[in-house]
Parts: sequence; structure tokens; C-alpha cells
Amino acid sequence: MTPRQRRFLGAFAVLAGVATAAAVLLSAVSENLLFFYTPSQVAAGEVPADRTVRVGGLVVSGSIERNPDSLAVRFQVTDMARVVPVSYEGILPDLFREGQGIIAQGRIDANGVFQATEVLAKHDENYMPPEVAATLAMKGEGPLAPVHPDARPADARPTGAQP
Amino acid sequence: MNDATPLPGGPSWLLYDSLTPEVGTLALAAALVLALIGATLSLAGAATGRMAWLRVARPTSHGQCALLVIAWAALSAAFVANDFSVLYVANNSNTQLPLIYRLSAVWGAHEGSLLLWSLALTGWMVAVALRSRHLPEVFAARVLGVMSLVNAGFLAFILFTSNPFLRHFPAPAEGRDLNPLLQDPGLIFHPPMLYMGYVGMSVAFAFAIAALLGGRLDAAWARWTRPWTLAAWVFLTLGITLGSWWAYYELGWGGWWFWDPVENASFMPWLIATALVHSLAVTEQRDSFKRWTVLLAICGFALSLLGTFLVRSGVLTSVHAFAADPTRGVFILGVLALAVGASLVLYSVRAPLLVDRGSFAPISREGFLLANNVVLVVSAAAVLLGTLYPLAMDAFGLGKISVGPPYFNAVFAPLMLLLALALGIGPRVRWKGQEAREVGLLMRWSLPLSVLAGTLAALFGGVHLLATTAGFSAAFWVLGHTALTVRDRLRYARSSSTALRRLPVGFVGMLLAHVGFAVCIIGVTAVSQWGVERDIRLAMGESTELGGFRFTLQSVREIDGPNYSGVRGSVLVEPVGVGGAGPRDATASLTLYPEKRVYQAGGAAMTEAGIAAGITRDLLASLGEPRGDSAWTLRVQVKPFQRWIWFGGLFMALGGILAASDRRYRLRVRAADGEALAAGARPA
Repeated sequence: MTPRQRRFLGAFAVLAGVATAAAVLLSAVSENLLFFYTPSQVAAGEVPADRTVRVGGLVVSGSIERNPDSLAVRFQVTDMARVVPVSYEGILPDLFREGQGIIAQGRIDANGVFQATEVLAKHDENYMPPEVAATLAMKGEGPLAPVHPDARPADARPTGAQP
Repeated sequence: MNDATPLPGGPSWLLYDSLTPEVGTLALAAALVLALIGATLSLAGAATGRMAWLRVARPTSHGQCALLVIAWAALSAAFVANDFSVLYVANNSNTQLPLIYRLSAVWGAHEGSLLLWSLALTGWMVAVALRSRHLPEVFAARVLGVMSLVNAGFLAFILFTSNPFLRHFPAPAEGRDLNPLLQDPGLIFHPPMLYMGYVGMSVAFAFAIAALLGGRLDAAWARWTRPWTLAAWVFLTLGITLGSWWAYYELGWGGWWFWDPVENASFMPWLIATALVHSLAVTEQRDSFKRWTVLLAICGFALSLLGTFLVRSGVLTSVHAFAADPTRGVFILGVLALAVGASLVLYSVRAPLLVDRGSFAPISREGFLLANNVVLVVSAAAVLLGTLYPLAMDAFGLGKISVGPPYFNAVFAPLMLLLALALGIGPRVRWKGQEAREVGLLMRWSLPLSVLAGTLAALFGGVHLLATTAGFSAAFWVLGHTALTVRDRLRYARSSSTALRRLPVGFVGMLLAHVGFAVCIIGVTAVSQWGVERDIRLAMGESTELGGFRFTLQSVREIDGPNYSGVRGSVLVEPVGVGGAGPRDATASLTLYPEKRVYQAGGAAMTEAGIAAGITRDLLASLGEPRGDSAWTLRVQVKPFQRWIWFGGLFMALGGILAASDRRYRLRVRAADGEALAAGARPA
């Protein structure tokens, strides 16, 4: 092999390696994407039935029903246009309350109830998840952005995240 | 300006004047001017060979540091004096906040943390200025010039978009509060450590740029750069470890790593810094991998910049943060583009001058180090992709998405296995090249034995056999080969005890860091595969069994803290004979005291987990909310080998400290090397 050929072979190997790595990573990303939907989109039936998604909005006042004998909770989230019923079994984050902006992760069931496996809220009473803020901004309601532009996004953590 | 107004609750001993914040602003402005002068004169002096200009590099570095200390003191004083006419103080403190947290609140939010960045940078500059006497004058001036330039960019960013001394009148009588999450000893140390690490990457970056400007880079350069890179890496390691520990006990739910953007922002520079430390080893020993090393130094610093800026501007959670404060966003992009763009242009022009002297054989120690580098860089790229992908999708209007932990876990587990494979055997392979057959012999027994030991360990837990076998085998592989590396060294020694004592400190540091990696793997594997948790509703006196323990809720009582009120639960934990996964131990029963706090100033609720720490397992209980009559929702967890994750981090950091303190870095530069660099410092 001449040095020139060797250089070409080396460049080709590097290129092939980079391409393979990129392909593997991109396919791993696309398999693990979580799409965000607004309650209006959910009501319009835009959410695929068998896919884990995120739905965000404000917790509707007076909609929280806690089962006294178990961990089950039912509540509704709204984007000020439509309302989605959410069912969750587990411990809610500290700042979960009426009127709070939250994000629920889970699937929509046959009855149109969102079965949440995780509920996220921020550890700051003035915070609103950016997706929720954007949704409300489009509807012309509520604050347009998190009150603290610098609020640490680190704190928007699920209560039950396990690596 | 304004008359001295009585400040609420400020201590009388504090010499605080109502104009102190203005002194802070002035100090920042003066530091900016000094940074620009220092950068211009030392870089221009290096280019033209004017020694008088070069000599300003050190005094201007010291000056910038002194001015930032003044600014820092001014802001701290404003916090101690409760001067709520300073917007930043009003937003992040109040009169009820204990003094220690008022002092640490200085770096609790955006403006102050940028100030900490700049202060840390000037600290590194002073360290470089003091410890670079043996370096060629031109080279040292270039390094300090580049660092001054970076500092100028930061100071401009602070002054024009994020001045912590900004006033607002009329001053409120009471401030908001420091985020209760941040009212914790962990916050006092975690951010400064991390920032020292981030900023420390600028030293390696400045050394790389100085080498490119000089068009010359050799083994001596690597020997100068390596201890600085190691120091930054140690700070990053400690910062990340502390952060994980802090999240574990302060966020209240026992998670120790969330793959969230803020963590990723610190993890990416760490991965690149790790690669750089190893690449520098090749450059130092074999006079090779030069261009790669320089590129890593640039990337490491670029990722530090990206991390700090993205996190602190709020861009990562939402591109809408740009709309919220467009000046900051534009400034961020400008600084990033300038720093990275200019470096890469310089790299593309000058890199061809950096010619590797050593030949390269794939099966050699440098070959394994290359493999290590490739894995680490791919890992960093994977984290970057997962972190920025949602941002890009949103920016192009392709929908709002998030990339969850499953992606990162799926990508990372195999990559870390590969890394462990190379890391174990790499130090036992010879530099320059070795027969493939000999390397095969090294693995003949160790590979099956590691897998056997790993399988046995996995069977001990009895669940998730594939994942645990892989994890434990990797850990045993690394531990076994690390021990054999020592044996290789002692093989031809007459007296092994003398030889042990004479092992170079840097070598011992490497071994310790590698052991730390293995310990970390054991912890991660055990916790993620054997850890169990349960959310449950318990009435008083009721109990639940989990992982070989019985958790009984005994009581929930009201408590009062200095600036919060709340409830404290009492959960009795007793070992039970059967059930559950993971190793059981015969600890006597103990009681956990989880708390639920409500902070008076902000009304924010906080969950404080009750944790019983142990070498082989942690027990946790967290209070949810009251349910029905006298019942509470609880989360109880058993986390085997949780502490090992952080022990691993500490071992790595300790290894880094040992490696950085190796004698050969303190030796005066060999005359020949020094002259070569001085000659090359001026471009031909």
C-alpha cells in the first residue's frame, strides 16, 4: 500500500466510524423521544394511543380527587381551551396543587383518560414548565414566561426519576 | 446618590456603606479594562517580540483577581447587610435567611454565578502567573493573554447583561427567598467546585491556543499542560460527585443522576477532560497525538462555555428564554461563536505545523488510549445530542419533545463497558507496540475469570442477570488488571516492598483513579439493578416489606425550624429474613426521620428524605402527603451499594490529585525543550 492509499483508507475508516456512530445514536434518540401535547391536541385526538407522551397544562381548580385508601389520584389539566382527565397512582411532587402548571407523562387510554406514570412540577412556586407557558401564551392566557428567566431548569425533576 | 438608609437586619459590625454596590460595579468595570489591556499587550507583545509588553501579563492577571475579590466582597456585604435595593439580593435572600446561606446565596442564581465564574478564572490566572516562572516568557504571556481575553468576554457579559449590583428603587422591605433547595450545605461547595472545574478547562485551552500561536508543540508542552488539566479534572470530578450526592439527599426522592440538561452540561466537559488527560499522556510519552490533543483542549473549553451559558440563560429548557431576554441570548451566541470559531480557524491554519514524531502501531498502549479517547468522545457526543436535540426540534418547529433517561442509559451502558475493557488492559500493554499474541495472553485467564466472578456476583442478587453480570464483570476486569499492573512493575524488582514505596506518585494516582472507576461501576450496577422502591399509603402503625426490610410508620409530628415549619415522620426499619433482591445484612432495627418542610418566605414545600447510609446499602423513606385519617403516602427505598458511586468519584479525584503532584511536573523544564519552545514561540 502506498502512503496515499493508506491515507485514503484511514480517512474512509474514520468516516465510516463516524457515520455508524451517528446512525446508532440518532436511532437511539428517535426511539426514546417523548412528544409533548397540549390538552387541545389530546381532545382533538392527535395523540397516538399506544405511545408514551407528555401532556402539560394547569391543574383545574377543584378537580383533584384523592382516593383516601390508596395512592390513586384523579385530576384535570387544561390549556384554558380544553380539559384532559388524568389518572395517576403514586406520590405527587411537592408543588402539585390547583392552578399549578404541571407535565404528566404516560399514555391515553380507550376512555380518553390520560394514565400518567410520572407527574412533574417545578420546585418553585412561580415556575411554569416552558411548554405549558408557551401553550398558554398561544391562547392568550396567563404569564408568558417563567417569572424567573434564570430559574434553574435543574429543578424541574420528576419525583420518581430513576436512572 | 442615596442617603445611608437603615437596612433591615444587617449586623452592626459590618462596615457597609450604601454605595458599596457601586464600588462593586466599578471594580468589575476596572477589571474589564485591565483584562483588555492585559490581553492586547501580552498577545501583541508575543507576536512582535516586545518584551516590555509581555511583562504586563502577570501584573494585569493579579490586578484582575484583586478587583474581582473586591466585587465579590461587595456583593457578599450587600447580602449580609440585607440591602434589598440591590435587585439580585432582593430576589435571592431575606432577613430570615441564616447568615451562612446569605453568603452562599451570592452564587445561588444567574448573576452571582457568573461573578463566581470570573473570580475562579482570575484565581486560575494568578496560579498560572505564579507557577509559570520556568516557562518561556513568550509562552507564559500568550497563555495569560488568552485567559485575559476569555475573562474580558465574561466581564462584558456580566456588566452589560447580568450585573449583580443592579439597583431598583424603592427598595422592598423584605426580599424573596433563596430557593429552599439551595439552603443546604451541599450548595456551599458544589457550585464553586464545578465552576473551578469548568474554568480550569480554560487553562488547558489557553495552553493549546498558545501552542498554536507559536506553531510548536512538543513533549515539554504536554508536561506543562497536564497538571493543569488534571487539576481542572479533579475539580470537575468533585463537583459532579458532590452534585449527585446533594441531589440524592436534598431533592428528597433518592435519585442520584437524572440526565437532565444541567447535569449533562457538567458531564460533557468531564468526559472530554478525561479524554484530554489520557491524550496528553500520549503526547508527553510518545510525542504523538498532538493535533488531537489540541482539538480536545479546544472542545473541552467550548463545552464548558456551552454548559455554563446554556444552563444559566435557561436556553436548555426552552428556546423561548431567548425571547424572554434576547440580549443575553445574542451575547451568548456571540461569545460562543467568537471563542470557538476563532480557535478552530487558528487550529485549521496552524495544526499542520504540529507533526507527530512517534510512529503509531494499533496494538500498543497508545492504541488503547486512542480507543479510550474514541469511546469518551462518542459518549460526550451522545450526551450533547440528547441534550440539544429537543432544542433543535423546537427551534425548527418540529414539535416539542424531550429525550428521556432511557436514551442515555441505553447508549451509555455499552460505551462504558467498552471503556472498561480498554481501561483494564491498556496500562499493561507496552508503548510503541506489542505482538497481538502477547496481548491475547494477558486476557487468556483474566477475561474468563472476570466474567465468572461477575456472574457469581450477579447470581448473589438474583435479578437482572445480564445487566449485572456485564457490570460486575467489567468492574472485576478493571480491578484485577489494575492489581496485575502493579505486579508487572514489581516483577523485576529485587525487593518488592522497596519497589512499592518507589512507585511514581503519578502511577499510583492512575491506579487509584482506575479503581475509582471500577468502584463506581459496582455502585451504579447494584443501585440501578438491585435497588427497589415502593410508593405506599400507610396508616400509623402499618408496615410494608421491601428488599428484606420491614418499614413501619410510627408517627408524624409537627416541627419548627429556623425559617420553616413542617412535619417529621418516624419510620422504623427492621431486617426480615426473606424476600427482596440484593445482599441482605443483619443490621439491627433503626429509625428514619423523613421531613416535609414549608419555607415561610416563599411558601415552598420541600421533601427531606430520611436516610440511613451504609457501606452495602442505603435505606430511605420520604413523606408524600396526608391521606384519609392519620395516614400518609410514603416512598420507601432500599439502595444497595449506593455510596460506592460517590466513593468511586472520590477515588478518581484523589487519583487525579496524586497524578498532578507527580515530581516530574515540578522539575525544571529541560533546557533543550525550553529553548525549542521559545524559538518556536515566534512564528517564522
